[in-house]
Amino acid sequence: MKEDTVSELVRIQHEDFSIDSEVKRVMASSRGIGGVTIFLGAARDFSKGESITGLDFEHYPGMAEKKLLDIRERALKNFDIIEMSIVHRVGKIDIGENIVLIVAASAHRNDAFMACEWAITELKRTTPIWKRETTQKGDVWVSQTP
Amino acid sequence: MVTVKFFAMLKTLAKSEGKQYEISSPITVGELKELIKKDFPALAGLIDSRSLLVSVNQEFATRTTVVKDGDEVGFLPPFSGG
Repeated sequence: MKEDTVSELVRIQHEDFSIDSEVKRVMASSRGIGGVTIFLGAARDFSKGESITGLDFEHYPGMAEKKLLDIRERALKNFDIIEMSIVHRVGKIDIGENIVLIVAASAHRNDAFMACEWAITELKRTTPIWKRETTQKGDVWVSQTP
Repeated sequence: MVTVKFFAMLKTLAKSEGKQYEISSPITVGELKELIKKDFPALAGLIDSRSLLVSVNQEFATRTTVVKDGDEVGFLPPFSGG
């Protein structure tokens, strides 16, 4: 696959993304795709019993992108999927807005489900991205993601 | 020159995005941590925490990883993306 296509499939960006456009981008990779699974992470209004009014994400530029590319490559290698895209937003994000989208496409549904679940877990484990929550007590860096 | 970068809560606690260190010969990540503890006392309690990861040139490193002139060292609190 061309490098510019991969950089469209794996991105970290401030602006919101269109789920429809991202799914179409992945589906354009093959006419053999028969199932697409997506994981959408969104900004909820509570955390550990506290009310949250907004989020702010920081990343390690360069390293975070590299880790996401690595997750896509390992997903393509270890699961029977045809394509995967990963888009993560950074900067200020309001409650209800999109944070992260993973799209996994395969010939049959089970492989897409498994790869998508694995990829979001791996993203949380290995990608240098940090969330700061705005609460009534002030801004709090979140140190662990379940 | 070694470029040290702090992220997230470390940046907030240190009130700094990092620092550049002149080193006359290669040192380990552990030795670099001792220099940082002296310069940023607010990080002393966290910098040796097992949950704090370190990267050298954007690859995960350990306490014994060698840091050379020109390297970039990131101090990474537990991730919370997704």
